[in-house]
Amino acid sequence: MFDKWTYLDNAATTRLDERVLEAMKPYLFETYAVATSQFGYSMGIDAREALDKARVYLQGRLGAAEEEIVFTSGSTESSNMALKGVALALQKKKGKHIVVSKIEDFPVLNSAKALEMQGFSVSYLDVDKEGFIDLERLRSVIREDTILVSVQHANQEIGTVQDIKTIAEICHDRKVLFHTDATHTFGRMPLDATTVLADLITVAGHTIHGPRNVGALYIRKGTPISKWMDGGYQEFNLRAGLEDIPGAVGFAKALELITPEETERLAAMRDRCIARCLNEVPHVTLNGSRTKRTPQNANITFHFVEGESITLHLDMRGFAVSTGSACFSRSLEASHVMLGIGGDHERAHGSIRFTFGRYNSMEDVDGVVDAIAEVVGDLRKISPLGKR
Amino acid sequence: MSKFPYSETVLEHFRHPHNVGKMEDPDGESVVGSPACGDMVAVYIKVNAETMVIENAMFESYGCASNIATGSIITDLAKGKTLDEAKKIDWKQASAALGGLPPIKAHCSVLAVDGLRTAIQNYEEKHGLVKEKVPTTVEEINKRLKYVFNPLTGLDLVRGKLVRDITLVDGHVKIVVDLPPDHIFANNIREEIDEKISHLWDIKSVEIQFIS
Repeated sequence: MFDKWTYLDNAATTRLDERVLEAMKPYLFETYAVATSQFGYSMGIDAREALDKARVYLQGRLGAAEEEIVFTSGSTESSNMALKGVALALQKKKGKHIVVSKIEDFPVLNSAKALEMQGFSVSYLDVDKEGFIDLERLRSVIREDTILVSVQHANQEIGTVQDIKTIAEICHDRKVLFHTDATHTFGRMPLDATTVLADLITVAGHTIHGPRNVGALYIRKGTPISKWMDGGYQEFNLRAGLEDIPGAVGFAKALELITPEETERLAAMRDRCIARCLNEVPHVTLNGSRTKRTPQNANITFHFVEGESITLHLDMRGFAVSTGSACFSRSLEASHVMLGIGGDHERAHGSIRFTFGRYNSMEDVDGVVDAIAEVVGDLRKISPLGKR
Repeated sequence: MSKFPYSETVLEHFRHPHNVGKMEDPDGESVVGSPACGDMVAVYIKVNAETMVIENAMFESYGCASNIATGSIITDLAKGKTLDEAKKIDWKQASAALGGLPPIKAHCSVLAVDGLRTAIQNYEEKHGLVKEKVPTTVEEINKRLKYVFNPLTGLDLVRGKLVRDITLVDGHVKIVVDLPPDHIFANNIREEIDEKISHLWDIKSVEIQFIS
């Protein structure tokens, strides 16, 4: 039926780059020891050096100082650590109020909800129709007992990029800690802790053709944060558990492999996808911002049809995309992001997210747009909506 | 071969649904569901007024694969049956004719079954075949809860013994569901219950409580 699979769900995860795997291999088969102290044994010292080197590379890319990068098992852990670690450290000293945006990804959103169940109070910031938080509103919700604000750098579904520089400044002025989840921008968009005054930054390797299950949390020096997972004394005694040295090495390698030219290529695919859908398919809405969006994300609602039907038809033609439809999700709930930007279920159910990566080409973009135009046309013929 | 938890029959009906489209001059019609609940089905029937046989049935769907496939099979099944026979077609029969449906998709397909019944009801109302409006009773509400499914088990609330209590006072319904408020499908089940009950002519409000 089709010649090849075209994977366009790179925000969910990406294909590992072979060069990343090659960089990791020595730490799986040769230098496989744990990182020991400098008085340990040679293989352990070599392993520690590899871990340190990966850390230094990440420091450079994030504008971080020494001991400000902690490796984790991914962005879920990083965000849990940021929210729960700060909550634990400050609940007695400063207060129990946290601020998050309504369209955060689940690690932040559900950490906030979990803290709420434990007696913290959480303010959920509304977003406008493109997904931006209101800075005035942020200023007004910060209180005496606010300990942390968490607003993502860019959204996982609609790619909206928040003005985190200003958000960080607002928090800094009010002496409130600021965490940002940069899972969907790290490596692709500039983010430097010397200019963006974030105290905590979540980053991950799997969204940039790196290994799964490796991420990091940037923790600005002096940030009060408690260890929330007990065990050994790894990662400056902030994150217990065996260090994933091949993972860390692979993460750094993945980061190193991203070039500005490649990111521009992704942006060109995004732009073509959006332009063709808007010009060639009737009754569509672009979700998110036209200008302030991640280079790899296009998200479009095809009105009068339901997303799971679209994704299933596309799958039969060899294309993998995702949707904000309730039927596609594990909880049978429409995407909280799509509801957050408009409150309209129909817009959520018909939304399709295309996210591009290293292994995609313009041909893939044209292929998926041709296919979706046809599929949506067919489904509209049988839909009771849009005719009356 | 398909990787999806859908049978080949479901996929075939999804790919090439039967009886689709809007019927010109239907004798009975219905629109059930809404974009808000994620699925919407319109069913149209042509009825022979002498024999009461459904001579043609068509449907339109705004929904997922399971919804489209059920619309297709239910209109197939209805054709050639009398109204009384067609009324008895239930979700289990439709599901069986499709080679089974995943439990999590039960609610999407029940809607299509509901669509057929509502179209028949519409025919009966238009042709003076129904008596006075019947007041809603607790029994009727309980019966309707048999069409609300727990997506986790694929069992309806009644068979799954999840209805702890139903009270009905002056058109105000209160339903207590034996599931924790933070159950993964709590919101979904809440919406489904509301959809099945709140539109009844004498119901003024529906309160749904989750208790575990």
